[in-house]
Amino acid sequence: MKVYLDNATTTRTDERVVEEMKRFHSENYGAPTTEYGHSWGVASLEALEASKASVAAPLNTAPENVVFTSGGVESNNMAILGVARARGKDKGRIITTKIEHSSVLGALEYLAKEGFRVEYMGVDEKGFVRPDDLEAALSDDTILVTLAHANGEIGTVQPVDEIAKICDAAGIPLHLDARMSFLWEKLDLSRVHADLVSLTAHTIHGPKGVGALVKGKDIKLEPIMFGPGTEFNGRPGTLNLPGAAGMAKAVEIWDDGEVELARKRRDRLWAGIKEAIPDTALNGPETGRLANNLSCNFQHIEGESILLYLDMAGVAVSTGSACSSKNLKPSYVLSAIGIPPEASHGSIRFSLSKYNTDDQIDYALEKTIEVVKRLRKMSSMG
Amino acid sequence: MGIYSEKVMDHFQNPRNMGELEDADAVGRVGNPVCGDVMDIYIKVRDNRIADIGFKTMGCAAAIATSSMVTELAKGKTLEEAEKISRNDVAEALEGLPPIKMHCSNLAADGLKDAIGKYRAKTEGRKIEDKPVECADCPIMEECQHDEG
Repeated sequence: MKVYLDNATTTRTDERVVEEMKRFHSENYGAPTTEYGHSWGVASLEALEASKASVAAPLNTAPENVVFTSGGVESNNMAILGVARARGKDKGRIITTKIEHSSVLGALEYLAKEGFRVEYMGVDEKGFVRPDDLEAALSDDTILVTLAHANGEIGTVQPVDEIAKICDAAGIPLHLDARMSFLWEKLDLSRVHADLVSLTAHTIHGPKGVGALVKGKDIKLEPIMFGPGTEFNGRPGTLNLPGAAGMAKAVEIWDDGEVELARKRRDRLWAGIKEAIPDTALNGPETGRLANNLSCNFQHIEGESILLYLDMAGVAVSTGSACSSKNLKPSYVLSAIGIPPEASHGSIRFSLSKYNTDDQIDYALEKTIEVVKRLRKMSSMG
Repeated sequence: MGIYSEKVMDHFQNPRNMGELEDADAVGRVGNPVCGDVMDIYIKVRDNRIADIGFKTMGCAAAIATSSMVTELAKGKTLEEAEKISRNDVAEALEGLPPIKMHCSNLAADGLKDAIGKYRAKTEGRKIEDKPVECADCPIMEECQHDEG
């Protein structure tokens, strides 16, 4: 049996998405660049508008706020660098957390070199930002608060309602990196005031290399790329319409029922692991967690070995072990929530999708128990 | 195509001489749980030869494969021959290791030397102290949180 449980890294593209995209490769291939040109282009422009509307709908925002990008990484860079550049020479402070994605941390490191001041808030032992910390961190010269709606590694879903209220009251723009949470967690932008929201398509069974930045009307962004075509999408270059239409399709066919199914299956997997395997702990919270995320650590053994043995048994997972990273450093997210290196070495993330069946979860559980037992028998520790 | 050679994957999947020897004459230990790799090498010595050898390892695929390989290389050898087995010999016998794994996970030869050292000390009636873990050329040494010694 083959069981893919690395859906937080990327998901299988839904067949209906692939079909939709084909149409924009072989039939509707005109560039959506002008309202006054040939019918190919006009048809594409209409398709672009429809795609924006589909992506905007679950967020309860206006279609014109949606800018299609090459993915969540570009969206994060566009938002953070765009806000900073719009400040001109007047460098300010940007507030973030220690557990952000490298696309956020990387952009901020770059800005820090230019003279912007970046404040990295700590999180509690479950990965939650404390609203009090945010309130204390805000200052007159703060130009942006940027953080993830949900953490990709440990699944912690931040209290964005409260965070947005604090930012709103202080008049400071909020950027939410919603790459992992989009559709998995409700986000109603008519209630939660976030000025910028980064999305990606490939975590919701959409295509890779496509994402969006949802940009509020009042926020000013300097572009980070230059070229033609910005007037219809807010980003230069010939639009990846097959990708945008594919992302829109993935949003349209999303079924919230699958979220609850994933949650039940994830809970069953964790219950089974906890029952059968001693010296195992959950990384992150029991509740307030993405429905498809299970991150846990198995003491006395190492994650790369677990991952490879599971792979040989047909089960794909990921690990936060230093030994399977290129720089041999343990996961900074696990470090930030206080998991010591000897435990983070044995960390495994299982992430589910609608394509995982009950039988697959049973099989993955059985194999996980076998692999952990086998490696513990071999281990010099414990 | 993964990062490991077929030979590494073979030893990782089918480790040779795995398990502790209950009546071992000496046990060598190298590594540190903070770094993710800890190896115990058990040896039984008869007539100055490694008559039996076993290992227990916590670590990545490279750590397990090098442990397995060192036991295979050392079995039946005289102590003088066995202590000459180097980290490079182990890596070569495994048809290479990824460069990043050469230091942190290729400790098995040191574990064997530690076991032989302890065996000699025991037979000569000397007391030896457990030596601290070597971190001299560890790529993450500066940020490494582990307490030497």
